[in-house]
Order: sequence, then structure tokens, then C-alpha cells
Amino acid sequence: MRVSFNWLQEYVDIDVSPAALAGSLTLAGLAVEGMEEPGKGIEKVYTGKILKIDTHPNADKLVICQVALGGEEQTQIVTGATNVRQGQVVPVAIVGAKLAGGLTIKKAKLRGMESRGMLCSGAELGLDPDILPEDQQHGIMILPADTPVGLDVKPLIGLDDVIMELELTPNRGDCMSMLGVAREVAALLKKPLKMPVIQLSEIPPGPEDNVRVDIDDADLCRRYVARLLKNVKIGPSPAWMQQRLRAAGVRPISNVVDVTNYVMMEMGQPMHAFDYNKLKDGHIIVRRAVTGETIVSLDKAERKLAPDMLVITDPGGPVAVAGVMGGLESEVTEDTTAVLLESAYFKPVSVRRTSRDLGLRSESSSRFEKGIDLTGCLRAADRAAALLAQMGAAETVALVVDNYPEPAVEKTVLLRPDRVNWLLDTNLTTAEIGQLLTRLHFTVQEDSSGLLVHVPGYRPDISIEVDLIEEVARLYGYNRVKNTLPTGVITQGARTYAQRLALNIKDFLAGSGFKEVITYSFINTRVFDRLGLPEENPFRNVVKLQNPLSEEQAVMRTLLFPGLLEVLQRNSNRRVKDGAVFELGRVFYPREGELLPEEVQMLAVAVTGSTQGSWNARPVSMDFYYLKGCLETLLAYLGVKDVAYRPAADIRGFHPGRTAIVQAGDVELGVIGELHPDVQENYELSQRVTVLELNFHRLIHVSGTPKKYQPLPKFPGVERDLAVVVRKDIPAQEIIDKIYQAGGAILRDVQVFDIYHGEQFAPDQHSMAFALKFQAADRTLTDEEVAIKTDGIMEALQRDFGAILRK
Amino acid sequence: MQEKLKNILYEAQQELSQADNLEELNDIRVRYLGKKGQLTGVLRGMGALSAGERPIIGQLANEVRSQIEDILELRTAEIKEKRKIVQLESERIDVTLPGTSSMMGRRHPLSIVQEEIEEIFLGMGYTIEEGPEIETDFYNFEALNLPKDHPARDMQDSFYINPEVLLRTQTSPVQVRTMERTAPGLPVRIIAPGRVYRRDDDATHSPMFNQVEGLVVDRRVTLADLKGTLQVFVEKMFGPATKTRFRTSFFPFTEPSAEVDISCVMCGGQGCRVCSHSGWLEILGCGMVHPRVLEVSGYNPEEVTGFAFGMGIERITMLKYGIDDLRLLFENDLRFLAQF
Repeated sequence: MRVSFNWLQEYVDIDVSPAALAGSLTLAGLAVEGMEEPGKGIEKVYTGKILKIDTHPNADKLVICQVALGGEEQTQIVTGATNVRQGQVVPVAIVGAKLAGGLTIKKAKLRGMESRGMLCSGAELGLDPDILPEDQQHGIMILPADTPVGLDVKPLIGLDDVIMELELTPNRGDCMSMLGVAREVAALLKKPLKMPVIQLSEIPPGPEDNVRVDIDDADLCRRYVARLLKNVKIGPSPAWMQQRLRAAGVRPISNVVDVTNYVMMEMGQPMHAFDYNKLKDGHIIVRRAVTGETIVSLDKAERKLAPDMLVITDPGGPVAVAGVMGGLESEVTEDTTAVLLESAYFKPVSVRRTSRDLGLRSESSSRFEKGIDLTGCLRAADRAAALLAQMGAAETVALVVDNYPEPAVEKTVLLRPDRVNWLLDTNLTTAEIGQLLTRLHFTVQEDSSGLLVHVPGYRPDISIEVDLIEEVARLYGYNRVKNTLPTGVITQGARTYAQRLALNIKDFLAGSGFKEVITYSFINTRVFDRLGLPEENPFRNVVKLQNPLSEEQAVMRTLLFPGLLEVLQRNSNRRVKDGAVFELGRVFYPREGELLPEEVQMLAVAVTGSTQGSWNARPVSMDFYYLKGCLETLLAYLGVKDVAYRPAADIRGFHPGRTAIVQAGDVELGVIGELHPDVQENYELSQRVTVLELNFHRLIHVSGTPKKYQPLPKFPGVERDLAVVVRKDIPAQEIIDKIYQAGGAILRDVQVFDIYHGEQFAPDQHSMAFALKFQAADRTLTDEEVAIKTDGIMEALQRDFGAILRK
Repeated sequence: MQEKLKNILYEAQQELSQADNLEELNDIRVRYLGKKGQLTGVLRGMGALSAGERPIIGQLANEVRSQIEDILELRTAEIKEKRKIVQLESERIDVTLPGTSSMMGRRHPLSIVQEEIEEIFLGMGYTIEEGPEIETDFYNFEALNLPKDHPARDMQDSFYINPEVLLRTQTSPVQVRTMERTAPGLPVRIIAPGRVYRRDDDATHSPMFNQVEGLVVDRRVTLADLKGTLQVFVEKMFGPATKTRFRTSFFPFTEPSAEVDISCVMCGGQGCRVCSHSGWLEILGCGMVHPRVLEVSGYNPEEVTGFAFGMGIERITMLKYGIDDLRLLFENDLRFLAQF
């Protein structure tokens, strides 16, 4: 909402600067988002009368104007404008003048003829051409012929104004009007509000004059006022009105249309003017549209109407879409001689839906949507009639129909002062509260139970006590309310176990060289194609968005790691080829028969390339074992026991020989594996990628095994190395398990310290070397004891795996 | 005899002073003090002395021995010290060479700031609640006093799954879910961080972003409590000199409602490009919980009151680190992420 400071002054005596007023309005809830000074930087532009126009001796497209500037002053100006005529009053920038955009006017010679100044267009004076009358959008701005000559042009065309751009909250539809804003200003500045005086002089209706209004669908139209105007003379509206409309961002069109817009801007009541003679029988019927009905709206587009849309019709069919836009057929034109003014109340929801469905938003619909003043329809119609009469554009006929099936019942809300003081922690007296509300034009009555507050029709947002408390609070000033902290029971602020664990994991991974990323929860289904998932793969069963912004964000993710692959890809495209990233976030699985899908928090990690080497360290390849090592450390850190890695050759998207299911006891935590080369190619990644995706909920479940102190060993341990030659396809884990089993209680630790492939072994064999540590809690082990165990281990390995001791 | 002893001492002193390594010192020790050493030889010849001379010579011999021993010890220490100095000198390294690098990991800036916000409220006795990111229309809108066709729904263009289910547009539904679970228990003091989604994608809007919601419900919670709480938050988050101001605003689920501005963190309130020359930055919305919301959630609004607030983590993160482009936060450029 654009609010002209000058226009506002008509309703309130403002004794503070525009900036100060903007500050007060902002704090009170009418946020001033911008201030515009249209005349800023414009100097020395005066009204001038064109006395004479001569052709230019040396140029066809230029003319030479003699311009009177008041008194004896006269100047010669050469112009290329085609719309100047002798006798017109126009804005003249004299030598030394400054115009919009920083242009300074100098004496010049144009094709040999001296030009001392410039005739100005609206744009050169900083006016938006879109809101100038059509005939002035190009060429010189023409001022009314009776404008005195030699005046500073700025106040005449509104360039001495300040426009405040208000960003209104949806509850303050009442402030989509100058009077609504003025009411706030008056309350804030403690000034009286000066309402416009409406003086109507009516002429009796003629015998042929007939106005009838039927409201068939009163649920959507609560009031319809129709007022007849005759002897209409269509022409431009007066300069002052055009100027105000321009300030409000509305293009002046003609006196009748301008007045309807003016009243809407002033009072917040959208109005429509029908050409009375184009309405059948002067008969208005307000009803829902029927299927198949259409209307050509003012913007010359044919609109299909749906049965839930409210339309204004005459017996011949629709003439307007209620509250949204008028019809072209009954539009006021230059030939119009009689006008039927509509001032109605349409139900907000209905207008909102209709304008949304038609894709038509107008100044009118945006006001109806928020709820206008049901009690103000007739007054607005009278105001418009009076204005048109005042400018000699029409006569008001004493024929007005006010179809108002169920007049508004005045709303009264009880306000308890102790409730105010409770909620705001203030000590306001009943009288003080009453005064604050009175300043906002509520009528207040004291009652034994509190204040009975009568809510004016233009405040549909006020319906319960707490709404009034906000009114009190904002006028009293939020910033005058104390700052305290809640008292009462002390509560312990603490993270839950899962919340702490999530943070621990993030910190652990960040500490281990991984960067946390945050990717969108919605993905493109093409991701599943890139992973090579077949149609029936369960991860393709997704939650779909009904109205995605694009295919890129069309479904909710069921897997986390593809997001990381995209991150690696994007970085790779930016020549950052190595990466180690993780994300902790949710995936979404549809659930049969449930309203909401299942949301599961997952942890995904992805690595590619190698670590950065330096002068004393070689880069380490971030491959499967690198990531597995990190995972092992993480799981140990989280206290997860009985972790096992089960080779998995058949997980789509993964390398069949380099992928494992991660388990803790019976609980399947997730998967770790190298990306299938096809997938790596699909993501255009030049280096191998290993990813990990774990179910965070399950991880919580198996983490935090209680820790118990083990006495430190009192007796020395014995270390033995054991190298065996064994078939390559026997998983290391099985061999290790076997060693533990055969080693018994005194075998404390087994580490693989070397794997060796050599020509001395058969091609399917390799050597594995283990470091064994034996220790007993109650004695020093003898060599003999240990030898028996290592022999036993060797025997078991030989028996079960065909292993041979490597000498 | 005496003369001989004095000579031994003199010669030993000479040799010791010239020796420059431990091996030589040892040779000298053996030569003078060893079993076959010169001093021992002298002592062996004592038998030939008279009873009167013997104690005198004996004492002298002992003195000579102990003097030699003292000098030996001194020289040993000196030589060891010298060796150490030489060794240390030879072991000098270039300490300005970079150290062995370890990979640099980082938390995402949004995650860092979220934790920071959480810590402030944990310290004030709040717990952290979570809720579904895919919500019902009821929890996301209706229970929050936003019936269908309410014009305020325009403020939050939503992604729908079906007419009844959508991606939550705010963390506020967690308010209702928490109160439903807790009612009529008191007090409620929670924050609810999480992802939210709105159908908006341009330079200043991301279709997915992060919010932190706060809610306090108790028997006597006031607007002053809300103001004081947020003042504490702002001072801890942005520094003690940060000023706040409360502007009247509108949210369907709070009444009275306010928006909170802080004095611009870039210019200190003088006015700059970041604050559009106003000196103020909007950082959060808040208000007293609307009685209808309390009622829907199972509390009697005549008996309890509450306040709620909600803030965007992106906004605070951008202010804190001076990030001028929202999109950077979701591009996950590793060079960007390495900066936090």
C-alpha cells in the first residue's frame, strides 16, 4: 500500500517528519518498507505557457516554442515533442534546472537555433509513465489549462510528496485505505481524525429510471448497494485527484473510473461503475455462476466461470465477476451518460478463491479478500456520488438500492483490565486502557466485569479479548513493556541421548576430516535411474510432491547418499576432485494405510580421491578400507559391540566385490561399499567413490554398551606372530574368528599385520600374517603354554581352511 | 715420595685439562687411579717408609686421589655438556616447515549455528523437541488457527503431498504436538529446530530451510517474559551490545504478535547496505500463544498462557558469518564449507 504523506495530511494534522512517522507506524505494526521522494533532486522546473510554435528552419522533427514563464519572462525552447500545442501549460525546466536521473539543463543550440531550457515529460520529472493518463505516457506532460504560469511545478504534480510503502499484515485490511492509515496515525500522534464531509444533493428519478438488486446467494454477498447517477459527462478527473491516484500508484483514466478508485483508496471500499444503459432493466442479480457461463472481463480476456464463482448479472447474463473484475460489455466509456455505482460486500473466501482460480488479482480483490467494512458500503457510494457531483461530472439520482439481507450486528468484546496486566506484565488502570482504545476509535464502556469494547465494522480482525490486548500493547508500545524471565518450576535443559549422539557423530566425523553437508530432502526420480535401480526396487517407492517447483525436487528422498554423490559431482565440476563428506538427515518411506510417511534419520558418508599429501607424508587413498577404518573407529567410539561386515554382492548401485552389510549383533545397521563403476560414470566422477549409509535409529539402539572397568594386567603378556598361506577367497574375518576360538581365554588380541601375494604361492593363495597377544590375569604365561595354543590355532586353521604355516 | 705424589698430581692435572673426550678421560683415570695406576704404585711403595712418614704420605696420597677424582668428575661433566651442545646443534630442524597434515573436517555452518542456538536455550532450561517434516494440514495450519482459505496461508506457499498432507512450512506444528502430549502438565519449555519447506526459490528464498521454534507455557507467562528471554538470546548470540526492538506484527497462532529486530550487526545501527540503511535487522517472529491454539492443544487459556517464537537459522548464520548469498548454504562447495 502506497501512502502519500500529503494526502494523509487531509485527514490528520501531522506534526512530525515523514521519517519519524514511518518509525512509529512500523513499530505499531504497519511496517514502512520504503520511502520514496518523487521530487528528490528535481530543481527549477516551472509552469510555462506555450505562446507560439514555429517550425524549425533546419529540422523537420523539431519545433521552436516561445514560452511564457510568468511576469515578463519569456524563453525560447526547441523541442522534438509532437504533442505540444499553442496555449498549453507545461512543465518547463529552465537553464540550470535539475531533472530526474541527474540531468542538468544547459543553454544549447539545436540545429543552429538557441534553446534555453526544456519542456518536460512525466518521466523526466520522475513520474512512472504507467500511471500517467494514456495521452501523456509519451511526450510532454500537459497541465490543466487554467494552471497559473511561473509556479514551481513540484507541488502541482505531487513532487513535493513523500510516499511511504506499507507492508501490511493480512489482518490489517482496514489499512488498505488512506482513512484506515490516517486512523492509525491519529491514534499514534494523539490527533483528531478529520473525516471527509459528504454532501449529497439528489435529483428525483425519472419515470423510466429503475434499479433493482436481487441477491440470490446471500451467503457470498452480504450487502449490495447500487446508486444511480445521471447526466454523466465523461472526461478527465481534476488534477488534484489525478495526482493523488498517481501517488497511490493508480493510473488516472476518466472521472467516473477515477472516482471509484479514489473512494477505494480513501475508504477501502472497492467500487464498480456500470454503464447503466447497458444493463438490462437496471436489474442486478447477484448469484453463483452456472457451468459453461463466460464473461469478457475489462482486460478483454474471455473468462470461463465455474459454479462456485460469484457473479454480478443482469437478466442477460454476467456483467462482472464479483469483487474481482468488471465486464467489458457494461464498461463505462466516453459515451456513457448514466452510471450505476456498485458498492458491495462480498465474502472474503469467495473472492479469494475466485481470483485465485481465474488468476486475476486486482486492487479490488485484495481488499475484499481481507474483509472490508460491511457497515461502510452505503457511505462509500454516497462519497463517490458526491465527488462526481462536486466536479460536475454527474448528478445523483435519489434512487439507491441497499440490499442488506442481514445487517451487521455490532461486535462487543469484553476486556478485563487484570487480563491485560497479566499478559503484558503492566500496571495499567482501567481508565488508561480505555483511553488507549478510544484513541484507536473503539467505543469503550465500563462495566462491572471490565470494559465493554464496541468494535467498528472496519476491524473484522478484532473478535476476542486477546485481540484487544494486542491493540492496547501496540499503542502503549511493545518496547515499554518490561523485560523479565519466566519464573516458576526450574526445568532441566538437556539433550536426549539421541540428540547428544547425533552431535557426537557430527563432531567425530568433522574431527576425522569429513565435511558436513546439507542437501535438499527432495530429489529427482532420475537419481534412481542413475543408481540403476530396477522398477520394482523398494527405494523407488517414494512420497511424491503434488506441486513441485521442478522435476529436480519432485519426490522425497528414500536414500541419503545420492545427495552426497551430487555434492561430489558439483565439486568435481569445480575442479575440487577429492572429497570426504557426510550428512545426517531424514529419508521418507510411504506407509500403506497411514496418513503420514515414515521418517527415518540416516547417516551417510562418501569419500573419493585421496587425502592431501605434503612434503613429509604421501597422500592416502580414500578407498573402501579408509572409510571402513573410520567407521570402525566411530562404532568403537560409540560403544557398538559385535560389529560384523557381511560381504554383499547384490546391492544395486554398489560394486559387487567391494560392498558389505554392516551389522551389530543381529541388527543390520546399513551398508558400506564402493560405488558400481556404472554409477560412478553416471555421476561423472573420475575417481572411485566409497559410500556408507547407516540407519541412525538403529545405531542409537546398539550404541552405548555400558562400559565396565577391567583391572589392568598384572602379569606380562606374550606376543607371537603367525603367518599362514591360505586361499584368497576365505574372508579374513572367518580366519580371525577361528584363531580366537582356538586361542581360548588367554588369547587377548589378534591383528592382521601383513597380506602378501607372491609368486611362490599358488595364484589363488596368499599369505596372511597375524600378531597374536596372549595374556592371563593370574599368572605369567610360560612359553610352553603359549606354544600349545599357537600349535592348536595352526591345527585349526589347517583343518578348517587348509592353511599352511608359512616359514 | 712426597715429590713423586705432587708430580703425579701435576701431570694428571695437565693431562685431564687437555683431554677432550670421555674415552681419554677414562684412560687417564686408569693410568693414575686404576689397580695398576701410578698412584696405586706409589701406595704400594709405602711399606718402605718409616712409621712416622707413613701417615703423612698416606694422607697426602689420599688427597691427591681425591683431587684427581674431583677434576675427573668436573671434566666429565664439561665434556658431556659440550657433546650435548654439539648434538643439539646438529639436530636443528626448520620449524617453519608445515607440520604433518591431517585432513580438515568441518561441521556445516547451519549445523554449527543451530547447535549454538540450542545451547543458549538448553542453558535456560529448555528441552529440544522434534516433529515430522511431512505434516498434516491440521498440525501445520488448522491447529495453529489457520483454517482453510485463511488469507494468511498466502504467506506460506506450500508443497502438498495430498490435500491433507504437506511438507511442513514452519516448525510451529511441533508446538501443538508437544502441548497435546504434555497437557495438562506444566511447564512446557521447548525449542524445536528443523527443516521446513516453502514453495519459493530465488536469490533470497530456498525451498528448504531451517527454523528454530520456541515455546513456553505456564501458569503466568507474560509478554515481558518473552521480551526478556529473547533479549538474553540476542545478547548471547550477537554480543552484549546488541539492541532489540519489538514491532507489532501478525501471526495467526500468536496474539499479541511481534517481530524482533536487532541493531545491525554489520554497522552497529548506523545504517548500511545489509540493513537497508535502517540500522535494524529483522531476525525473528514471536508472540503470546493464541488462546485457540492453547485450547486445541488441551490447555485452558484462562488458566495458562504461553509465548512462542520462531527464527530462521539461515538468516542468523548469514549475519554471523557475513554470508551474502543464501544459495551458498546449500551448494555444499567444499571450499566454502572449509571456512567454518
